[in-house]
Formats: sequence, C-alpha cells, structure tokens
Amino acid sequence: MAKSLLIISRQSPWSGPSAREALDIALAGGAFDLPLGMLFLDDGVLQLLPSQSASLLQQKDITANLQALSMFGVEDLFACHTSLAERGMLPNELSIEPLHVLRDQEIAALIDRYDQVITL
Amino acid sequence: MKFAIALYSPAHAPSSRRALLFARAVLAAGHEIVRLFFYQDGVHSASANIVTPQDELDVPAQWRDFVTNNQLDGVVCIAAALRRGVLNGEEAERYSRPAANLYAPWELSGLGQLHDSVQAADRLICFGGP
Repeated sequence: MAKSLLIISRQSPWSGPSAREALDIALAGGAFDLPLGMLFLDDGVLQLLPSQSASLLQQKDITANLQALSMFGVEDLFACHTSLAERGMLPNELSIEPLHVLRDQEIAALIDRYDQVITL
Repeated sequence: MKFAIALYSPAHAPSSRRALLFARAVLAAGHEIVRLFFYQDGVHSASANIVTPQDELDVPAQWRDFVTNNQLDGVVCIAAALRRGVLNGEEAERYSRPAANLYAPWELSGLGQLHDSVQAADRLICFGGP
C-alpha cells in the first residue's frame, strides 16, 4: 500500500515561493494518485483568504490552484482552528471547500495518522 | 532503516550543516539513504559557484564529496532550481543562459522524485528553516 503524506503549509502566500512550492508538492503527488493530505497552519491559513489582490503585489494568485487540489485527487484538506482565530479569520469564509477545521489536539492526531510529513 | 532526506535551506544556513551531519550519521549507523532531495533554497547547496571563505566550512563541497563518495542519489528539484538560477548545461542551453552551475553528482529532476523517495523510505527527514 502506498505511504500517506501530509503536507503542512505554514507560510503566507505573499512571503516568497513557499506557499507555491508546498502546493506544487501536493499537485505532483495528486498526479501519481498518492494518498495525500494538506494542512494549512500558522501563516499558511492566509492562503485561504478569499478575494486576494495578488496583482497589487505583482504576484500570482494561487487561490485557483488551491481550489483545483480536489480535482487533482488531493481531497483531504485541513486548516488549524487556532491559526485562523489568531488572524481573525472565520472558518465559513474561506476560499477552499470542503476543508476540515481542526483543533490543536485533532492536529496532533492528524499528524500521527500519516506515514510521512513534510512542512514548508 | 531506509531514509529519505530533504533539504530546504541554503548552504549558509545551519540546517544545511545539520542535514549533512545527520546524513553522515545515518550511513555510519549502517542505515541506507534512498535519496537526497534538495528543494526550495536547498538547491543552492548544489551550486558549483559558491565560494566559501577559506576559514569556513565549505558545505557545498562537503555535500558534493559525501554524495560522490557514497554513490548516493542526489536530486535537485528542477522547478526550484530554475527559479533560483541553479542550472545544468542542458537547462542553461534551453533557456539561453550564459553559464551552468550544476554538475555531477547532482541531477535535476521533478517533484515526482520526492514522492518516489517518500514511498521508498521508512522515514522522510526534512531540514529547513535557519
């Protein structure tokens, strides 16, 4: 059986290529039909804000790519409740769905459930 | 045990040295390294153009020797490398750039190689940050 991989994305979409590069790992793995999950943690939850104006920063908006994750077979998407709350973000106002919002203890259990973990 | 090691930090970051020490310890303890995968700023550690001051540890050279001497599979992510100006001869030619800075034992390849090593290894160990 294929090993499962959890990708933890911890950087905001505007702080360099990290968000994009975490997403690329997920998309590449989805193409191989691997059991993948993606968790948005810390500043990574900022990737889930709707109505971003990336072009004002002369950057590319990755929202459409994030929304395409489920089409690429990456359907287990998670966000950290604490990280959202710390940034004043509401779980029902995020750009991606379905998305499971997890409490801290649930995140520990989630990480435990996966065979391998990558944090970017 | 089979290890896959991923490095995300540049050669001057302490975590690049930690990754190298860990990789050496893995082999010294009789384990196997299925692949080294350099991603994000880790691709800089494979650049042939880094000049380290004489009284400092030449981390890129140590990585190169480590991979060569132990005949390891050292893969540098091609997308991350192109973005950061780490090119082999073929890519330098493809994009009409004046010089290459990536040579054997390093190999440019895609993220599929990372997933492949995740599947092949018992443990994936990542080194990033400072």
